[in-house]
Amino acid sequence: MSNVEKMMSTEEKKAVETLLFQLADDDFLFSYCGSEWLGLAPHIEEDVASSSITQDSMGHAAMYYKLLEDLGLGKADDLAHLRPAEERKNSVLTERINGDGYYMDTPQYDWAYTVVRSYFYTQAKRAKINSLKESTFEPLREVAVKASMELYYHVMHWKLWFEQLLSSTEEAKAKMISAIELVVADIGDLFSYGEQKELIERFGLIDSEEKIQNAWLEALRPTFEKLKLDLPIVPEPKLNGRNGQHTDELQAAIDTLSEVYRLDTATNW
Amino acid sequence: MVALIKNSQNLEVWKVLESVKDPEIDTVSIVDLGMVEKVEVEAEQIKVTLLPTFLGCPALEIIRTNTKNAVMGLSFAKNVEVEFIFSPPWTSDRVTENGKKGLKEFGIAAPPRHLEEDGSWHVDCPYCDSTYVTMENIFGPTACRSILYCKSCKTPFEAMKPVSTIM
Ligand SMILES: [Zn+2]
Repeated sequence: MSNVEKMMSTEEKKAVETLLFQLADDDFLFSYCGSEWLGLAPHIEEDVASSSITQDSMGHAAMYYKLLEDLGLGKADDLAHLRPAEERKNSVLTERINGDGYYMDTPQYDWAYTVVRSYFYTQAKRAKINSLKESTFEPLREVAVKASMELYYHVMHWKLWFEQLLSSTEEAKAKMISAIELVVADIGDLFSYGEQKELIERFGLIDSEEKIQNAWLEALRPTFEKLKLDLPIVPEPKLNGRNGQHTDELQAAIDTLSEVYRLDTATNW
Repeated sequence: MVALIKNSQNLEVWKVLESVKDPEIDTVSIVDLGMVEKVEVEAEQIKVTLLPTFLGCPALEIIRTNTKNAVMGLSFAKNVEVEFIFSPPWTSDRVTENGKKGLKEFGIAAPPRHLEEDGSWHVDCPYCDSTYVTMENIFGPTACRSILYCKSCKTPFEAMKPVSTIM
């Protein structure tokens, strides 16, 4: 048991665990969706780039799961693969499918949707990571400093796609606009800490929901102004993933991503 | 006397770590890359603490095994532990002068130290030293590298990405 842990009250430990599960599950699912583009991205350079981002994001998820393991919550790999949908704390946005079809069959994934989701998600992650650098929980501060360096390149990448597609043909613009609507409809719980909001904020683990949301909007503002678009209005979540409310898309994702792991949980994949 | 022996054993471990190469770039060692944070020798117990370059790097487990095997080869080694930590974070300015030479030899430009205000950066071609290069893809074949193209010698090449705590 670490010193940090010994000093924590039951309430504080609960708050740390809850936040870690939210951060871990977000990156894990986001990364899973990203991995489905492998071999399918618009061109070879993009295939390399988005796979690289996906790999980094999986590394971030692994680190959060490792912190949970250190807190005595179970093996990191088990936490990632074996928890049922109703225990997952990821935002609904990260569990949405990339589009119609199945990876092994005839995938008809939506690149515009992926660009918008990735840009909005990554920019929100940036706001959180910036705040986590000041967290009262030391291991989170350390993770934030390291992840931040990698995230820098991710934000740059998705922002470039976002701006270019929205400055492109009428068809591209129309696709991007409808993708923005779809993404915004799901974005409410990305800025929510769910039922543990009060605890998470009280212990100063991360800035308040409102502050993170504002930091996100401010980060988007210059891009939106340049493109002459109205800043999105964050809706109240219809389903709140932080409280274990999810779509069927999450169950399908878990079934697929844990298929190999479940074959033999003792093997080092 | 004991302290002296410990000290020389410590140096021996550092020496042997220079033989542990990056699994994909055999001209640079983990010491050259600045990945070795600490070496501790306590009787027969040796602990090597490493910093991962990028968190999702799939080569980490290979590096761990290679490090362990290399240190186990030392006569006084009984137990070897290799640990990865992420604080302090690895940054690209930890790459040594020797490391930069090794990268260049392999056709990889060393990570630049200077970043422009907009976050862009510049390196010269590792083959012909021309400054006339373009960025093809900031994300290269591995997390830590980018792909560039030299317009002088018309050769694609890679550069090690700059990463620093100001990002
Ligand atoms: Zn050249």
